[in-house]
Amino acid sequence: MATSTEAAGTIGATSPGSRKALIAILPLAILLYAVVPLILRGQPYWLNVMTNAAILSFGSLGVWVTFAIGRVNIAQGAFALLGGYTTAILSTVFGLSFWLCLPLSGVVAALVGTLIGWPLLRLRGIYFAMVTLSLTEAMRLLFLNTVTLHDGGGVLNIPRPAGIDTPLDFYLFAATLLLVGYLAVWRLAGSRIGWVFRSMRQNEELAMSIGINVARYRVFAFAFCSAMGGMAGACFASLQQNIYPATYTVTDSINFMLYCFLGGLDFVLGPIVGTFGLIIAFELLRSIQEYQALLYGALMILVMLFLPNGLLSLPSILGRFWRSSR
Amino acid sequence: MEQILVNGAILSANYALIALGITLIFGIMNVLNFAHGQMFMIGGLIVYTVCVVFKLPYAVGLLAAAVVVGLIGMLLERTLFQRVMRISSREENTMLLAVGTALLLENIALFIFGEKQRGIPPMVSGVYRLGSAFLPANRLLVFAISLALIAAVLLFVNFTRQGRAMRALAQDRTATMLMGADVNRISMLGFGLGAALAGIAGGLLISVSGVNAGIGTAISTKAFIMIMIGGAGVIGGALLGAVALGFAEAIGYALFPGSVTYLLIFTALILFLLIRPQGIMGKPWG
Repeated sequence: MATSTEAAGTIGATSPGSRKALIAILPLAILLYAVVPLILRGQPYWLNVMTNAAILSFGSLGVWVTFAIGRVNIAQGAFALLGGYTTAILSTVFGLSFWLCLPLSGVVAALVGTLIGWPLLRLRGIYFAMVTLSLTEAMRLLFLNTVTLHDGGGVLNIPRPAGIDTPLDFYLFAATLLLVGYLAVWRLAGSRIGWVFRSMRQNEELAMSIGINVARYRVFAFAFCSAMGGMAGACFASLQQNIYPATYTVTDSINFMLYCFLGGLDFVLGPIVGTFGLIIAFELLRSIQEYQALLYGALMILVMLFLPNGLLSLPSILGRFWRSSR
Repeated sequence: MEQILVNGAILSANYALIALGITLIFGIMNVLNFAHGQMFMIGGLIVYTVCVVFKLPYAVGLLAAAVVVGLIGMLLERTLFQRVMRISSREENTMLLAVGTALLLENIALFIFGEKQRGIPPMVSGVYRLGSAFLPANRLLVFAISLALIAAVLLFVNFTRQGRAMRALAQDRTATMLMGADVNRISMLGFGLGAALAGIAGGLLISVSGVNAGIGTAISTKAFIMIMIGGAGVIGGALLGAVALGFAEAIGYALFPGSVTYLLIFTALILFLLIRPQGIMGKPWG
């Protein structure tokens, strides 16, 4: 099975494949590297917002992978917390550089994801959703009761990444991370594994009957997702220079999932569009502070009512409308 | 020891109302109601408004909580859930809609009531002694009302025409339609009844421990734990789950410092689900 995957990989890496990858990534790259910095160069506040959105998108991309195998995953907050604490403890207690902590956080989150995911992924539907939600809360309580560096389980004075000093630097780093994550998930979704995932989403028994090792693939998807969550958490810990057990709660896990959903579950770009859309909407609504949260909630319901398949399904709906009106 | 049993019994009775409500909604609509905790919270805050702000009797407050939250549930079902269930291409969508309504309800509550912790004075004063345990009269009243309501819901679901239609709907939607039941109306009633139960539970608990606008997610999480233990969509399972969680919490709070209790509950829950993924009484993937 491994050899056939590799074979598919080498075929994909030939020139038409890489051209396709370029087409997929180029618009996003131009937007992230050129348009955003040009417009927001002198506004550290908005650059910060964009940095947040980019890192959150990276985490949501992971959740998208678990949506791809047909599981509603409300545990991304737990893995962001795990990754954040990994970076926090490695960099403050052991003095490790952020550039080592970041991949290590991903590895730790992936390992824990594998360990927990192996048994839990037997659950489906609402059971999986509920148990992952409980996992987020359990992770918070775990750090609250085990980390004793600071009152309330927090870790303070986490060093900033070496070589990154200005908000623009941090934004460019987050944008790069997001692009790499996008390329990885895009590649995954288009590969043989992506098709295996899709077959599992439609019918796991059927996938099993044609010889797919369903258990292994779903653990892989979950570990992949957890690693991305862990790395997102690591970035935030370093960006904000502190982390507390309450940094990621059930609400954050739910948000990661909502971002994917609002962007559109059928598109790899979905989580990115959803995250940036919601974060920017939230910031723009800040000027009408009193009603901000209220309108934000109403906005979300409206999207669900009229675009139940996400913001990115709008073009196809408009296209259908256009064709039928002619 | 007696004190733990007394506390556990009172908690269980109140939790049973929450679990019954979320089970009704899940059984009938196949929607996991993420907004259940928010409905609970709104019920509590309505009782606060009626009893403390308008200074009306507690019974009026409880009735208002049941009616208003029940109506909110029916409205949400009619305007949002029925539409999304009809047009969505993935079954996850109703769950996500429920998450959206939870956010909306929470924000509305924050907007109207603010984020302060609200409580009401006990309805009845006095303390009874049960062996070595203390039993405040107020908690006894909450316990009694909860038990009476649970009995009423069980009677309604088992013996009335509407209740039987709800159970039939939970089993097989098409067959129920063929039997001539008005499926849309029964769904709406079921959603309303489930919501009303959450509202009453909130109205009862506000006199014991107080309620604030942000409590919803924590209550929903508890509701999920109960139906994971008992099995989703099974009424008997919901009651079992409530008793299990109520006593686990009472015992845990007596033995361990603060937040360790729930860490242990979650750990035990995950281990339990490994052995029995569908809960004690649930159907697999029900």
